[in-house]
Amino acid sequence: MRAIYIAQRVIHELIRDKRTMALMFVAPVLIMFLMKLIFTQSTTTSVTVATVGVDGNVRSALNAVKHVAVTNKASNAAAQHALKTQKVDAVIRQTKPAHYTVTYANTDATKTNLVKAGFNAALTANGIKTLKQTTLKLSQTVSQMATTIAKVAPQAAGSLKVPQTEPAAATKITDRYQYGDKDTGFFNKIVPILMGFFVFFFVFLISGMALLKERTTGTLDRLLATPVRRGEIVMGYMLSYGILALIQTVIIVLCTVGFMGVEITGTLAAVMVINFLLALVALAFGILLSTLAQSEFQMMQFIPILVIPQVFFSGIVPLDSLAAWVKDISYVLPLTYAGHAMTQIIMYGTRLSALGLDIGVLLLFLIVLTALNVRGMRRYRKV
Amino acid sequence: MTEPVIDLKHLQKTFGQQTVLADVTLQIAPGEILGLIGPSGAGKSTVIKTALGMEVADGGEARVLQTHMPNRQLLGRIGYMAQEDALYEALTGAENLRFFGRMKGVKKAVLAADIAHVAAVVDLTADLEKPVAGYSGGMKRRLSLAIALLGAPELLILDEPTVGIDPALRRKIWSELHQLRDEGRGILITTHVMDEAELVDHVALLLGGKLMAYGTPAALETQYAVDSIEAVFLKAEGVA
Repeated sequence: MRAIYIAQRVIHELIRDKRTMALMFVAPVLIMFLMKLIFTQSTTTSVTVATVGVDGNVRSALNAVKHVAVTNKASNAAAQHALKTQKVDAVIRQTKPAHYTVTYANTDATKTNLVKAGFNAALTANGIKTLKQTTLKLSQTVSQMATTIAKVAPQAAGSLKVPQTEPAAATKITDRYQYGDKDTGFFNKIVPILMGFFVFFFVFLISGMALLKERTTGTLDRLLATPVRRGEIVMGYMLSYGILALIQTVIIVLCTVGFMGVEITGTLAAVMVINFLLALVALAFGILLSTLAQSEFQMMQFIPILVIPQVFFSGIVPLDSLAAWVKDISYVLPLTYAGHAMTQIIMYGTRLSALGLDIGVLLLFLIVLTALNVRGMRRYRKV
Repeated sequence: MTEPVIDLKHLQKTFGQQTVLADVTLQIAPGEILGLIGPSGAGKSTVIKTALGMEVADGGEARVLQTHMPNRQLLGRIGYMAQEDALYEALTGAENLRFFGRMKGVKKAVLAADIAHVAAVVDLTADLEKPVAGYSGGMKRRLSLAIALLGAPELLILDEPTVGIDPALRRKIWSELHQLRDEGRGILITTHVMDEAELVDHVALLLGGKLMAYGTPAALETQYAVDSIEAVFLKAEGVA
């Protein structure tokens, strides 16, 4: 019962604190909106390529490649100058037939890759074009020969059949998307992890600060001078911040689905369960670390050490290609499991029952951290 | 004689190398106010924390209300007021009182009446619905005292209760404390204000973790051949 009263009080205090409420509910939506803008924009990189002495056919093939523009330069010096003054992103120079030298600005890996891919595509396209012309000439020669033969030896012509080349039907590809649509990009991939991250970050920070404040103002001592159990204090905090995390999740989900067009394949309830669990872990983590901090500023110092790394190792950046020991780091971070579970639910529609490992590990984090917290409060009261 | 509300026997406490309490023996009877005086770092707070069960003595025994401390359940029968105001500033006075009343385990049926009573004692009835953040220093102190009085505790432990309170209100609080004493409650109070030490029934002077002097104010003044507790304090410290 006391746990409920404590939860009530914590929520009461938070509601009065308008700025914190705004931080919890408005900031995540704002950040996600900005991220959507940024990551949608970056998918349409375009490059300008200078060519020197490149065959006209190749040049026009390169120009036809999407997001690649070609300018022809008379001399290598002019082209290199354009590269230096950042007017072009690469210089392609043909030194002999079928021999090209490409100089990249290479200040942006995406652009370098686009030039490489574009130039390859142009060469292939040019090769196919040449091949087509050759084939056309060949078939013309064959039909001319057939006509000649028919004139010279009409009886032989009967047995000689020239295969009529069917005009090749244009290949048609129908795209179907298991998740999302053709506009689904990197932003959609990080949405599930970001959702979890916001819950983790804000609950960690605000609850840690709140408990720190209880300690420094003496209210924790006063609380412990009543018959309240240490566990009831921790429970009260869990209840209140759990509820807060649920509200935050609903707001984030509504905004990402409603305004940003993110598709959630699984059930909303499953998303809520994972976020609730993650909030409790974040809370226990925040309370534990608040005991190591002497001031709000010291609490802030934990952010670059313990919160930011979680973003990098939780799946926002694919870890598959990294060294094994780097991957191992991710196994000790709670956000990894929450991020994985959220991705499964949102992108693949996985049910909670199939996410036993993630949920189990999160529960383990929760139990261990909570036990440490209840035990840690013995420092302030011996019973 | 009735059983003492606080019975500390030969308390010993060390933090690392530092001896904070060395063989402190103290008793407070029901209906008695004991004033604990001493310079900063003399061990006053440790005596209080041990009596509340927040600290456990390395040696000796702390019995409060006939119960060996630490004991969680017993805390509901003790009113504690710390040196800090220890209030939730975002909440109103009434909300603070209600919250701590519930934590103390005051029965729901009597909580509202109890809050009204303690608020009247500290003269805060008119300001109960205002947020504590807007209170003056004196008002916060009074609210803090009111919280300690919730649930009609048999024992009050007050750490510097009158710091920052103006003289008129201080007099009012002392008369309230005397009344509580006359109702048969035991009160342990620490103070820096030496003329307040004249208002208690017994004075205990703590110095370097040792109990240097104990007795009624008048008896101590006679023993040290001075005319005030302040002079006793200075003489015991070896300054005068």
